Amino acid sequence: MSQSDRGGLGRRNILKAGAALGGVAVTGFPMIASGQGRRPIRIGMPTILSGRVAQLGVSSRNAVMMEVERFNAAGGLDGRPIEVIVRDSRGVPAEAARIAREMISSDGVDLLFDGEPSSGGFAVHEVVRESGTLTIHLNSETSSLTADPKQRFWNAFRVARVGIHDSIAGGAYAAEIAKARNLKRWMTVSPDYAYGRDTTAEFMEYLRAFAPDVQVIGETWPKLFQPDYTENATRLVQGRPQAVYSCLWAGDLVTFVEQASLYGLFNQSQFFAVNMADYTTLQQVKALPRGVHSGNRYLKNFPNVPGNLSFAEEYYRRYNTYPTNWSWQSATAVHLLVAALKKVGGTDPRKLAEALKGMTIESPFGADGKVTMRAEDQTLVGYAIGWGTTIPNDPYVEGMKTADWNMIFRLEQEWKKAKGWA
Amino acid sequence: MDLGELASCLGSASCVVTQVSAGLTIGMLLFLVASGLTLIFGVLGLVNFAHGTLYMLGAYFALSAYGATGSFLAAVLAGAFGVALAGLVMERFLLSRIYGTDVLMQLLVCYAIILILDDVVKIVWGGDFLKMDLPDAFRRPPLLIAGGIVPFYYLVLFGITAAIALLLAFGMGHTRFGRTVRAAAVNPGMVGALGINTTVVYAAVFGIGALLAGLAGALSAPIRSVVPGAGVSILIESFIVTVIGGMGSIWGALAASLLLGFTRSFGSIGFPLFTEGLMFLIMALVLLVKPSGLAGKRHA
Repeated sequence: MSQSDRGGLGRRNILKAGAALGGVAVTGFPMIASGQGRRPIRIGMPTILSGRVAQLGVSSRNAVMMEVERFNAAGGLDGRPIEVIVRDSRGVPAEAARIAREMISSDGVDLLFDGEPSSGGFAVHEVVRESGTLTIHLNSETSSLTADPKQRFWNAFRVARVGIHDSIAGGAYAAEIAKARNLKRWMTVSPDYAYGRDTTAEFMEYLRAFAPDVQVIGETWPKLFQPDYTENATRLVQGRPQAVYSCLWAGDLVTFVEQASLYGLFNQSQFFAVNMADYTTLQQVKALPRGVHSGNRYLKNFPNVPGNLSFAEEYYRRYNTYPTNWSWQSATAVHLLVAALKKVGGTDPRKLAEALKGMTIESPFGADGKVTMRAEDQTLVGYAIGWGTTIPNDPYVEGMKTADWNMIFRLEQEWKKAKGWA
Repeated sequence: MDLGELASCLGSASCVVTQVSAGLTIGMLLFLVASGLTLIFGVLGLVNFAHGTLYMLGAYFALSAYGATGSFLAAVLAGAFGVALAGLVMERFLLSRIYGTDVLMQLLVCYAIILILDDVVKIVWGGDFLKMDLPDAFRRPPLLIAGGIVPFYYLVLFGITAAIALLLAFGMGHTRFGRTVRAAAVNPGMVGALGINTTVVYAAVFGIGALLAGLAGALSAPIRSVVPGAGVSILIESFIVTVIGGMGSIWGALAASLLLGFTRSFGSIGFPLFTEGLMFLIMALVLLVKPSGLAGKRHA
């Protein structure tokens, strides 16, 4: 009896004490409730979950969730888990900005993962320039976002490919092929908007820098999301170029390749398509032509390291599809953030930003097993870039040639100087 | 502008063959959609803004039928007749109630149909782009005619669409049904007084228009990406065709469709940045010079 009394009293005492503490925490000392309790670290993530780019936005969210769950399962930051709030911008930049603002002011997020491509990314960038929210851009590739000093402030980072890196690497690769096979007459087919125009110009600039004999004898500019590419295919066939460059992407690239194949374009010309080697694209093209030159967007065997393969396999097990370029970038953002959180031991944005600057971590997506958040412009460098040629079945791309980061750094610096940015 | 390039193309047989065959194929696919639109307008007096959506549905129906049966013929039939059926349901339950109302009302109802069907497609097939595989029978090396390149499937497309155009022209001009339809377009009251059930005629005309749009969607599914909202761009071009050719005229629609097809194929060589602009420019010129369209009759 006494035993049960003691037990009853003890239990009640504990309950009372707990209730009192809870009451104090909620009413009397709210700062303690949020500061020292087990409040999750809250990340807001606007991205595109519907419309023509939805596949990529979903793959970005999937990768973030997968890596965050791994962190939480391992105990989080001293027991504080990460909580991610994802909302759909539908690809509308103004909506991305509105969602970012709402997440900052209403949801009280500690930091933002901006999962938008460049169009929405610049809109979110302006929001966090004012609010001072620590932000990592996951999928904006436009070079100026971090290269232009006017766009730079302490709380914005980018963990994505950068257009200029890809153009230098692609130009160098294409020049090798052009010289070896004497490909002088080039044509281009790229989507008619800022990304298509800029990327094509940068690629051709570096191609000609490495192979001065190359001439562009014609260009054709289909609209973004154009339904029919017959007129572009016939234009290319007529020009009889030795090589064709394209930065069409996703469904547009798939449709173009199908129609151009019917015209036999790939039998007469070498095809360089920077955005071909992403699984969503590779698996959609039924008769994938052999020998299309493509940059790696995401490939499970490039870099060919166990960490990359296991990332792809775990992702496939969870989502029944392979990761995309947006997936590895998003996963890398979580890896960097986790490293910074552990270093700082809390979520103070200034301290986290300081920790992120110049941080190097081990990464399966690194060219040499590591990636670095470059301090000077707060953008990711050292990630694996390579070009290879397509084959019709898994692994889809072979003969990958790894780009030389020393060359990229040197030419990027010259490019920045020419722009007046360095 | 690259008129020198265009001139040298026109001087070379290979270039002319390639571009003419491409223009014919683009034009004839457009004709299938635009002829239905113009027929429905001519007879029913309805501006069917949802016509592009029927084209999109045809592509999705074909995609599913091809996935289930692996037969290209089944896919095309499913696209054409599936959409004809959907069109009949649409006409009976919704559109027949707005015949004779003002254009704003028609626009509202049709726009609602576009939004609803786009969302239905997203729910059933998902929001991502899809692709219907080109059957292996059509996956052959392109034909070389006088040095010009003509993809085999484009030849098939042209054959089917040209046959349909002939059938349509014959049917409208030389059959009892065709005469009834033309009479109903001019004076539906008199046709009704002669004991012909105009409700059935109207439904049949809408069904045929829907069938043609569905057929175009099904035929183009192997070479174009299939996405929700795919009907919008073809709808805009179909309207340009209807305006240039004349509202209600099948022959006008054929001429205008081919004109737009050639504008696209030769425009990509001579004035690549102004192809779409030129199409609208032609439309504006026709509106200025002959507002009823090339083959249109003046409205009383």
